[in-house]
Amino acid sequence: MLLAVGSLTVMGVALGGLLGAAARFLAVEENPLEEELKAMLPGSQCGQCGYVGCGQAAAALARGEAPVTLCPPGGRATAEALAKKLGVTADLSEHEEKGPEYAVIVEDLCIGCTRCIKECSVDAIMGANKLMHSVIVDVCHGCAKCVKVCPTDAIEMRPIPVTLSNWHWAKPEAGHTVH
Amino acid sequence: MKLFPIRGGIHPDYRKELASEKAIVSLPMPALLYIPLQQHIGAPAEVLVSEGQTVKKGQMIARGTGAVSAPQHASTSGRIKAVTQIPAPHPSGLAQTTIVIEPDGKDEWAELPEPIADPFTADAHTINERVAISGIVGMGGAAFPSAIKLNLGTQKKLDTLLLNGAECEPYLTCDDRVMREHADEVIDGARIMAHALGVPRVVIAIEDNKPQAIEAMTLAAKPFAQIEVVGVPVQYPMGSERHLVQAITGRETPAKKLTADIGVVVHNVATARAVHHAVRHGRPLLSRVVTVSGAAVRETNNIEAPIGARVSDLIAYCGGFVVEPASLVNGGPMMGQPLPGLDVPVIKGMSGILALTAAEINAQPASACIRCGTCVTICPCGLVPVEMAAFIRKDNFEVAARLGVMDCVSCGSCSWVCPSHIPLVHYFNYAKGMINAQERERRKNDQTRVLAEAHTQRVEAAAEAKRAALAAKKAQATAATATEEKASA
Repeated sequence: MLLAVGSLTVMGVALGGLLGAAARFLAVEENPLEEELKAMLPGSQCGQCGYVGCGQAAAALARGEAPVTLCPPGGRATAEALAKKLGVTADLSEHEEKGPEYAVIVEDLCIGCTRCIKECSVDAIMGANKLMHSVIVDVCHGCAKCVKVCPTDAIEMRPIPVTLSNWHWAKPEAGHTVH
Repeated sequence: MKLFPIRGGIHPDYRKELASEKAIVSLPMPALLYIPLQQHIGAPAEVLVSEGQTVKKGQMIARGTGAVSAPQHASTSGRIKAVTQIPAPHPSGLAQTTIVIEPDGKDEWAELPEPIADPFTADAHTINERVAISGIVGMGGAAFPSAIKLNLGTQKKLDTLLLNGAECEPYLTCDDRVMREHADEVIDGARIMAHALGVPRVVIAIEDNKPQAIEAMTLAAKPFAQIEVVGVPVQYPMGSERHLVQAITGRETPAKKLTADIGVVVHNVATARAVHHAVRHGRPLLSRVVTVSGAAVRETNNIEAPIGARVSDLIAYCGGFVVEPASLVNGGPMMGQPLPGLDVPVIKGMSGILALTAAEINAQPASACIRCGTCVTICPCGLVPVEMAAFIRKDNFEVAARLGVMDCVSCGSCSWVCPSHIPLVHYFNYAKGMINAQERERRKNDQTRVLAEAHTQRVEAAAEAKRAALAAKKAQATAATATEEKASA
């Protein structure tokens, strides 16, 4: 009886100590929040937020160094999702000014250098060497990375037009005050 | 027949007497017809004609594209004047591609598909196909392609075809007149639809404020034991698909489901008439009955207008305006949408054109909510409009969605009863639009992430292959030098 109690106590203390030590010395440095935030970002590594890629942006968000509205291509939905995750209120006033855009290649100016094709992180540009390039509008997410690399300024960003299929009623004017 | 109660609802001033005794008249062919490519829910049709081409009446001028779509036909014979951008009969007033036809006055028919001699021996597929190529869409207002709804019999277990003749919107009398004047055609269309759906039972529901229509339909339905004509209580929004199904069968359609999931398919009476024309005569949907009413119009009418006639043509036929209308509405006053102008064309889903005076609209500035709870009592969907609107006002769509804003049918009863004139249903339409927009954005972001990952993988794989090739080359070179050295030694 005494032997059993003694041996189990010794084992308990020894293993407990081992686990404690492991938790301290073998701890994973990464913030689990970072992973979750990264999953919410578009993951196209476009760099418009000012960070190298989405991973770094997520890290900055987790540390609270970046605003939730940092991701232009992610749009309003991403900003709201991030705000909810981080438990902050998103200031979306600035966000609405610039609606979603898409890239258009001006055919007269394109020389077929393929630089934009290499730059595009979602493979939204088709074309080949010395042949006309073209943007697949449905795939383009408006990161504008291609605009910067074009040697002939042949790419312009255009706002996604309002059509009968995406139009919806605007908010009623606040004629009344309290609900 | 035992009926079941529906919850809530309102009793607005119906004002159907303005037009209900006006027999259907045909509109004289206007000078130009404007036929938009999108008159239905789904993908716009694809143009099949070009400028200058002559077309015959009933010729398909645009074909349906994709799974949910409908073709368009020339409403008369003539010349294609242009294929251009024209404002749509839509509250946004945005332009859409429209085929402009200059009628030649001959009204010559194109070669039409053969009438289906005995539709009751034909298989369901043949009838669906005919309905699809005839461009028939729901004529109650939603304009959903009818062939898709007729095809539900193959996917779901159905027991009833419910023909909607409730016409619960004030002012509108077009369905009333169609049932009174063309009861035989409606009944025949209903029988054909029931056959295509494979359902044994047809119920035709008409609100009790249309006794002549009930009488005419009962008479026409007499020879057919499978058809029942039922008068339903006058209670807005009785004509809402879900509410009508509940009133007739006692079954409630679950949220995010279709009435077909509980065994009932609902079609409008005018749609049944269009099916009759398509199957028995091979005629596509080329015209519809439109109620022109309201105190601002000189003479109210029920006009059978060719698709593509402009609203201004109909108003001119009715003698123009007595006073400048305060509001022009496409559809009924409860759920109808403002018309962006008089130059827009009549489309397949347009049941009414209302020119309303300021006294009829009785618009009042909104004031503070007094928490009376009337909107909660009358909401036919069992929602809590006051709560939802409060959250939507703060753009909190997540909570609004949790409170069921997506289950709102936009009947407008809450706005109608609100003593503070708060535009409740406007808030819900705004929220629905925003939630759908957010959903589209979310889908786009997901697509972007998948593509970006695929791109990274491809680039990495290419770099890896390059490195491997380089290493192999190097290894070969070293091996070659080693052999050479050996040889020289």
